Amino acid sequence: MSVRELIVSKIKDGTVIDHIPSGRALDVLKVLRISGSENFRIAIVMNVESSKLNKKDIVKIEGRFLSKDETDIIALIAPTATINIIKNFEVVEKRKVSTPRVISGLIKCPNVTCITKHEGIETTFEVLSAGLRARCIYCNTELSYPEFVELILKQLGPKK
Amino acid sequence: MFKLIKISINEILGLEGVIMSDGFKGLSGKDIISVLDLSKEDFENIFKLADEYRVNGYRDVLRGRVLSVAFFEPSTRTRLSFESAMHRLGGSVIGFSSEEATSVAKGEKFIDTVRMLDSYSDVIVIRHKFEGAAKLAAEVAEHPVINAGDGRNEHPTQAMIDIYTILKLKSNVSNLIIGVMGDLKYARVVNSLLYAFTIFKPKKVYLISHPLLKLRDEAKKFIASQGLNFEEVSDINLVLNELDVLYVTRVQKERFPDPIEYEKVKNAYKLTADVLRKCKEDLIILHPLPRVDELERSVDSTKHAAYFKQASLGVPLRAALLTLILGGY
Repeated sequence: MSVRELIVSKIKDGTVIDHIPSGRALDVLKVLRISGSENFRIAIVMNVESSKLNKKDIVKIEGRFLSKDETDIIALIAPTATINIIKNFEVVEKRKVSTPRVISGLIKCPNVTCITKHEGIETTFEVLSAGLRARCIYCNTELSYPEFVELILKQLGPKK
Repeated sequence: MFKLIKISINEILGLEGVIMSDGFKGLSGKDIISVLDLSKEDFENIFKLADEYRVNGYRDVLRGRVLSVAFFEPSTRTRLSFESAMHRLGGSVIGFSSEEATSVAKGEKFIDTVRMLDSYSDVIVIRHKFEGAAKLAAEVAEHPVINAGDGRNEHPTQAMIDIYTILKLKSNVSNLIIGVMGDLKYARVVNSLLYAFTIFKPKKVYLISHPLLKLRDEAKKFIASQGLNFEEVSDINLVLNELDVLYVTRVQKERFPDPIEYEKVKNAYKLTADVLRKCKEDLIILHPLPRVDELERSVDSTKHAAYFKQASLGVPLRAALLTLILGGY
């Protein structure tokens, strides 16, 4: 019996986000604006063995189905993730995310002397390595992974 | 037929013995936002044509063409050398040298100014205090845009002049140990020069700076990813006797977000004739100018000072670039 079987149980209706890069499950919940106080039953599994990733995280959310936009945002921070929509204990939809090469209009460049700040135009970031770093194509400012997550959260605005 | 065209081009320009490569055509209509927009062959073609202009003089190859100089930040050498180059090639120049002289001062958007200049001219040379301005201008303009400095980001034509000067005085780059000293954090010429070094691959580069003025991480990561052999040091005296070239930059006062930070480092380094007593006989010293206190006038009279020669190469180099971008060959 594996460790996974010990700690993860099936959900009836909801979403399973599997193959999240190890250590990022909490960030996935953050960008989904799930803090734990919403009454969803949530299972978070972190740093378990994975044949594909060596180690991975898994998030299971009972009673919550992800929109296309939410799937796209998860692609930015968890590019290896697979999203399974579960209904009545069965997988009814399997989504494989893919990280875009560029991200336009989602986040603003944090560099105060970037031309995009002053011309009111959309910032475009080039994704440098699978969901790890991004670079503003105008001023070349690079965002580390934590900065990137922070800006996504800022852009998403306060939790409704 | 192709061969005949090549001969004809040489005859027009008076470039006896020079065979134009297809790379000359590759630059036509191209935006120059970063030195990384150029291949090594592009650099070599620009240098070849600059050589020809220096030896055989300029020709009216850009007669009837108009250059816009859009300088939203002060400049002496860059703007005047572009203007001089355009005039020497028979073209004409319009433009401005400060933001106050434009409708931007009345609240006009930068991109609207660029659109206007684009409709009035064949090429735009732009300098701006914000990073990314030249790239944005290039997206808006139909005609080519040349970046003459965007904030702390890049100044590609200065790096072209720097490499050209090194090649004129040292014949090669690949065998050299080069020190880059000063404000490595905010000096855009440093970024462009180091990116150009990833193409020309010097033997080693020493990045010499005060800890508060070290090269920014993104630039460091990039040059490391390109295999540039470099090492950071904080004291010139540790490496001076190894250097073939020493490139000095001033502290970029105008780019410091915090004046207190500037006060801490403004006198962090100073090159004097006395310091140079330990250097190699044939060390050359380069500086993009203007200088403030980092390069004492006592250095000017030493055999190492090459920065006035470097500045003098600005016109032929920029003339060559304008010619190739405007297809005037």
